[in-house]
Parts: sequence; C-alpha cells; structure tokens
Amino acid sequence: MSLTTESSTNFWLTRPFSERSTQIFLGVLLAALALVTILHVAVPPDNPLHVGAYTVNLFGKYLSYALLAVAVDLVWGYLGILSLGHGAFFAIGGYAMGMYLMRQIGERGTYGHPVLPDFMVFLNWDSLPWYWLGFDMAWFAFAMVLIAPGLLALVFGFLAFRSRVTGVYLSIITQALTFALMLAFFRNEMGFGGNNGLTDFRELLGYNLRSNDTRLGLFLATGVALGLGYILCRAIVTSKLGRVSIATRDAEARTRFLGYRVERFQLFVFVVSAMLAGLAGALYVPQVGIINPSEFSPIFSIEIVLWVALGGRATLYGAVIGAILVNYAKTVFTGVMPDAWLFALGAMFVLVTVFLPKGVAGLFRHLKRKQRATSTLADKPNNTPEEVSA
Amino acid sequence: MRRFLSLGLLCLLLLGITVTAQAQTDSTADTTDDPAALELLEALDASSYPAKSAAIVAILQSDDKRARDWLQSLLDGRLQRADDGRFVVVLDNSGREWPVADALTGDPLGEMSRRDLDRIGINNALRNQLRSAIAVVDLYSPDVERRRTSATRLLGEVDDELAEPLSELIAEEEDAQVQRRLTQALAIYQVENGQLEGVETLRGSLHPRVRVALSRAANGDDPIIADAANEALVSIEQNLKINRGLETLYFGLSLGSVLVLAAIGLAITFGVMGVINMAHGELMMLGAYTTWAMQQLLPGQPGLALLLSIPAGFMVAALAGIAIERGVIQFLKGRPLETLLATFGISLILQQLVRTGISPLNRTVITPEWMSGSLVVNDALSLTLNRMYVLGFALVVFASLMLIMRRTRLGLEVRAVTQNRAMARSMGIRATRVDIMTFALGSGVAGLAGVALSQLTNVGPNLGQNYIIDSFMVVVFGGVGNLWGTLVAGLSLGVINQVLEPWAGAVLAKIIVLVFIILFIQKRPRGLFPQKGRAAEG
Repeated sequence: MSLTTESSTNFWLTRPFSERSTQIFLGVLLAALALVTILHVAVPPDNPLHVGAYTVNLFGKYLSYALLAVAVDLVWGYLGILSLGHGAFFAIGGYAMGMYLMRQIGERGTYGHPVLPDFMVFLNWDSLPWYWLGFDMAWFAFAMVLIAPGLLALVFGFLAFRSRVTGVYLSIITQALTFALMLAFFRNEMGFGGNNGLTDFRELLGYNLRSNDTRLGLFLATGVALGLGYILCRAIVTSKLGRVSIATRDAEARTRFLGYRVERFQLFVFVVSAMLAGLAGALYVPQVGIINPSEFSPIFSIEIVLWVALGGRATLYGAVIGAILVNYAKTVFTGVMPDAWLFALGAMFVLVTVFLPKGVAGLFRHLKRKQRATSTLADKPNNTPEEVSA
Repeated sequence: MRRFLSLGLLCLLLLGITVTAQAQTDSTADTTDDPAALELLEALDASSYPAKSAAIVAILQSDDKRARDWLQSLLDGRLQRADDGRFVVVLDNSGREWPVADALTGDPLGEMSRRDLDRIGINNALRNQLRSAIAVVDLYSPDVERRRTSATRLLGEVDDELAEPLSELIAEEEDAQVQRRLTQALAIYQVENGQLEGVETLRGSLHPRVRVALSRAANGDDPIIADAANEALVSIEQNLKINRGLETLYFGLSLGSVLVLAAIGLAITFGVMGVINMAHGELMMLGAYTTWAMQQLLPGQPGLALLLSIPAGFMVAALAGIAIERGVIQFLKGRPLETLLATFGISLILQQLVRTGISPLNRTVITPEWMSGSLVVNDALSLTLNRMYVLGFALVVFASLMLIMRRTRLGLEVRAVTQNRAMARSMGIRATRVDIMTFALGSGVAGLAGVALSQLTNVGPNLGQNYIIDSFMVVVFGGVGNLWGTLVAGLSLGVINQVLEPWAGAVLAKIIVLVFIILFIQKRPRGLFPQKGRAAEG
C-alpha cells in the first residue's frame, strides 16, 4: 500500500501525485467540478439535466464540509487524536470570514453606519472593538482565517500534548473547549453578534454574493481548496513526519522511547488540521450566508467525526465520501421527514461503529482484496492498525 | 392619616380582645338587615377622598368582624357597587362576566357584567392607610401567620399614638417571632425619637427596614444616637456579609450536589469500567420522565409519586443501561473512542424518542408540598427546601454507592475486574456479569439523578444534554475511578461557579470554570485524586 511503500526522493509536496489513490481522487474531484459547471452553465434551465444555482450552492456546502472532514481525519486517522472540538476551528475560520463580509456591507446596513455593523449600532456601541480592526482588508481577513484557528490550536495543543493528555481525556476537553466557546460567542458583549451571529452579507472581493456566478465561483473555489487540502494532508502523511505521527497513533509510549519528541509532531499536525478546518469554515460562510454560535455546538463537532467514521478513517478520501453521504442524507431527511433525521443519525453512529469500523472505504478495500485474493493467493495482511489507547 | 389610623388602633385596643373573641364565636351573625353596616359602606362611597378616609376609620372603629374583608377588597379594588345600590365583592375579575358576592352577607350573587358595577375608587394615600389599617387589624388575628406578616409591616410605621399600646401588645403576645418583630418596630420608633435604647434593640437585626431606620438615624442630628447607630450598622453589615456568603455557599453546594448526582453514575461507568457513556445524560432524562409519568399515574399525590419514582427511576434507567451495554457497548470493548461515538448515537435516538413519543415541550413535574417553601434562618438568609432535599439525597446516594463499592461482594468483584480482568476471571469471577451489573448500577444512579433534577429544572428532551459535559468535567477533574474525587470535584465546582457568578455573570462564570478545568487537566492530567499503582495504567 502507498502508506508503507518507500517513495523516491522527490519533493515531499509533489509526492502524493505519484499515488494511485490520490490520482483517482483528484480525477474524480475534477470531473465532478467540471460536470457541475457544464450542467449549470451550458445546459439550459428547462432541461432536466440542468443543475440550478441552489444545487450548486448545496454542493459547495458539501465540499466545504468535506474539507473539514479531511482535517478531522488527519488528526483522528493519522494521529489518533479524536478531536470533538474541530467545529470550533471551523467556526472561528467562518467568523473571520464573516467579519470581513460584515465590514464589506459598509453603509448599506439597516442603520447605515459607515463602520459599525448593524448589531453594534443596535447595542449602542460607538466604536469598533480592537479585534475587529483590519477586517476591512481582504488579505488580513483571509490571513486570519488560517491564523486565528491555528493560534488557538497551537496554544491548546501545546498545553495538552506537553502534559500528555491523550485518548478519551483529550476528546472530552476538546469538547469542553468548543462548548465554552459556544457559550462565549452567545454573549452579546463578545462583539460577534451574539445569538444571531453575522449575516446579511453583500459581497466578497467585490462580487455580489447573491448572484449565481459568484455561487458557482465559490463552489469551484471550495473544490480547489478541497483538492489542495487533500494533497497537503496526503503529503504530510506520506512524509517522514507523517510516519512518526502514525507511529504515535499506534504506540505513543514506544515512539517516545525511540527518541522522538512526540508532542511536537502532534502539535504540528494538530495545528495544520485546525487551519484546514478554519479554511473550510471560511469557504462555508459566504455560501450559506450566515455564521452563528451554533457551529460551536458540541453536537456539530461530534457529527463531523461521524462523517469520518462512516467514510472510513485514515484514508482521507473516506472522509470526503462520508461528509458528502451524511450531509446528502441530512438534506433528504430533513426535507422529507425532519423528525426521523435524528433517529437516522443516531442509528448511523451505532451501526457504523459496531458493524463498519473501517467505514465505506474499508468496505471498498475489503471487496477489492477479496477480488485480488481470488486471483492471487498472496494476500497482504490488513495494515490499518487498530486503535491503541495509551 | 396616621392620626386616623391610631384612632382606629386605640379604639381597637379598647375592644381588641372582644373583637377577636367575637370573631371566633358568632361567625354567622345575621346581617341581611344590617343598617349599621350598610351605613359604614355608604360612607365609603363618598365623593371626596378625605371623606372616604374618615369612612375607613369609622369601619375600623366599628367592631364589625367583616371590617378586614371590606378593607382588603377595597384595597384590591374588588369592593364595588351594583346598579341597584347593593355593595358587592367581586370574586374573580379575570373574565368578561364577574362572579360576585354580597358584601354584607357574603352570599354569592351569581355573575354580573362589569358594566353593571361601579368600583369604589381609592388613591395612593388611601391605599397606604388601608394597608396599615389591615396590618393593625391583623395584629389581633388568632392566626399566627397573619400576626407575623402584620408585625413585619409595622416596622418603621409606628408613631406616637401607636407606641404605647404596642408595648402592651408585646407583653401579651405569645408567639416569639411576632414579639420580636413588634419589639423591633417599637425600637425603630424609639430611635426616631432619640432614645438610645432602641439602637441597642436593633443591633443584630438584618431586616432591610431596620437598616433604613438606622442609617437615617446615623445621618441625624443627635451625635450620640448617630454614633450608636453607625456602630450598629457596621455590625449589621458584617453580619449581612456573612449571611450573603452563607447563601452563596448554600447555592454552590446545591449546584454542586446536582453535579455530583449527575457525575457519580458516570464515575462508575467511566471511572471504574472505563466505558465512555455519552448517553448518560439521556439516562438522567429517563429518570426525570419517570417522575413525570408517576405523577400522571397518581394524580393528586405528587409526594407519593415522587417517592415511588426513586426506585422506579432507578429501575427504568438501569434497564435502559443494560440494554445499551448488551446491545452496543459489549461489542466495542477496548475501543473507547468508538464507544463514545456509538453511545452518542444512542443519546440522539433517546432524545428523539422522547420528542416524538411524548412531546418536544417541557413537562411539568409538581413539587410536593413538603418540599416547597423555604427554611427561614433569619431576615437575610432563607434556604429553599427542595434544594436542601436534593443536597441530602445526593449525599445519601453517594454514601450508598460508597458502601456498595467498598462493602459488598459486587463492589469487590468490580474492583477486581477493573484491576486485572484476566486474573479476576481465573479466580472465578464472571466478568461479563460484573460488567452488566456495574453498568446497570451506574445507569440506575443516573436515573436517580434525573428524579432529583425533575424537582429543580425543566423536564424536557434536552435535560441530559445540558449536564453531560459538566458531568464529564466533574469526573475528569476529580480523578477518574475515584468516587471521593467526584464528590469533592462536584461540590467545589458548584461553589466556584456560584462565587464567580455575582461579578462575572452566569455564562461567563461557566466559561471561566470550563477554562479552569481545561488548564487544570494540563497541570494534573489524572485529576485531583489520581489513581496510583496498577490501577493507574488502565
């Protein structure tokens, strides 16, 4: 398998391109992007094959979720850290983007204030809080999309990994982290719009967010970001650093005894993952047009983990499949019978963990191996390692 | 106005005991033809307010036993005059047609439209006069509760003419509480009139009106009184501060007891067995709904239903726990992160089951009478009874769990299996059975927590969700696998939260506590009381 094969000495970032799985993934992704674009632009609206702006928007949302799932898979699948707080990084990236979009509204808000967003005028604030400064500049806001979640992950991870908080404990405190942030963002005094969050966005980099072309553009941008994020994660896990982190996942103490500073590897991967989650959030917000504290809710974070588990952890492409499958199911269920969705979601959690521990991707592999086993007798043992708790 | 009131009181004093005696003996005097009473009421319907005021005094001076009811309904705006000139008391003025009763006889007169009725108007001055008048009347009431309220009302309302009869009343009063209140009321009067002994009496009282009187005296002209009052005020302030501290402590312990109840079951399943049960909160919810269902089954007997729900809630949650253990958790042994996800799925299913099966809205669970109300310690400190019961309940549950784990065969087996499963099995312990029993125990305790919570918070599908993160925090903070740790952690987190709340606000206090725990775990990853030795390596 690609994981264990020693690749040639080419540059680490381009190494994934020589992998079969990455080639297939990128091929499918590009084909999907192209297909949706063609069906949206070239096929006339009265044709049944036409993909409407709403659907493009929906797909764009799925793709940003997929990027988020890839970020979670990077830490859970290859580092063995079950983060129940990745929604927090996603939401922080989203808020950074939302703040930029709020500043772009300018005088067109309900109260027509040139600088202050509507909710601040409503709360009788007379000036912008310091942390809102600079968000009128796109480059600054886009940098913060990565820096803000990265910084939080850096501080949190530094403290956690240094004192060797792992396994279930880490899961629980990441959950507490996102819960605390949710409570904090619900407060009006925080200056992030409280309960209502940030909304009423008008334009992004001068493009009207309500136009269909912008929606298509955002969809394509999200697809490209997903592809790049995937390549980056693939590059990381196939590098030497990636192999140390896999070793950490399987036997943390043993890796430490071999002389690796385990916490540094953990911290690096955790921060990269948080930044990817932030990027996903930033792409998500202009497409749904709102960001509010509910993205911080522990349930959302734990749902992300389900996407990864359903798709198959430690495969990356499995995370993408899982995110799209679950969210498509959610769209269908909440439309047809909203009451049944939580039953379905709950049942998925149980069934996947009990019957499908390697997810859909594991099912693929299983079938493929069976096929190969019938042709050749030499079947390699499955090397997807089991969870080892420290 | 004061003078009128005092006149009334003097008069009452003369007749005082007679009034009460009469009220007790001839409760059903014939009043159908009662020109005297009618005249009293006619006077109330005067056009000028001074005339009405005089009429109120006249009513006070009459030894009519209905005086209090008249005054009270006049104060409430329920004393009205019908088109035919009869005086009526409106019994319920919420609807369109009002049920009324004759003001003289008390006989119900059926319903009347509001258009046929004419209210006897009063102004604020009259309202004050009426309240004081009712308080004075109530001082002679045979009902102790009434005397207590009226005595409290008199604090700061005593004047020259009331002072002297008051001291006689104090001597005659049998109830200690009323006596103390009246003494204080008299003392306030004394302070107002420059008598130093009043300050001495007031020292140590925590009632806000006493403080108002003392601070007025402290700013007064008489330097001796002012000094004494100031000194008394300082000691009162100190006393108040202690009481406020005690109140915070009580609320903190109460919140802490809830946390302990919620977390103690988790301390068994997570701490001892190492199983992450994210559906723990929903097991609590089941317990709370069991209480609700019990009260539906036994209408009119909320107390009995509550007592019965203690075993019922335990059983329901324990059975649900066994189902979860047998159905899901046993297949995920040794995979804690997967267990977390699977049980989270179960929690979603249970929540939705309640939402679709019962209702997405909160259900009302009645608090039985013996649990409502509060224990009044002094004027500044009263402890609500339901919280006290929950606190006691939490301690009892904790003690029994301790006993089970330390003193029973099951506890011994549980500890053996946790420490070394293979060895325990080879000693003849049926490990699977122990697993089931332990999980049932932990889940049952969650059910008990739900029964207790139904008395403090809303019973709804989200009840469990609100507690799950907090309870995990408590277990992790206290040290996994340590029941004492859970108790200490739960109570101290509750107190910390309450101490922070006044200056940080409820939400920020919670955030601070969460951040504190996150940081604390960095420092001591194994909690307050880490396990030592072999058990620590689990």
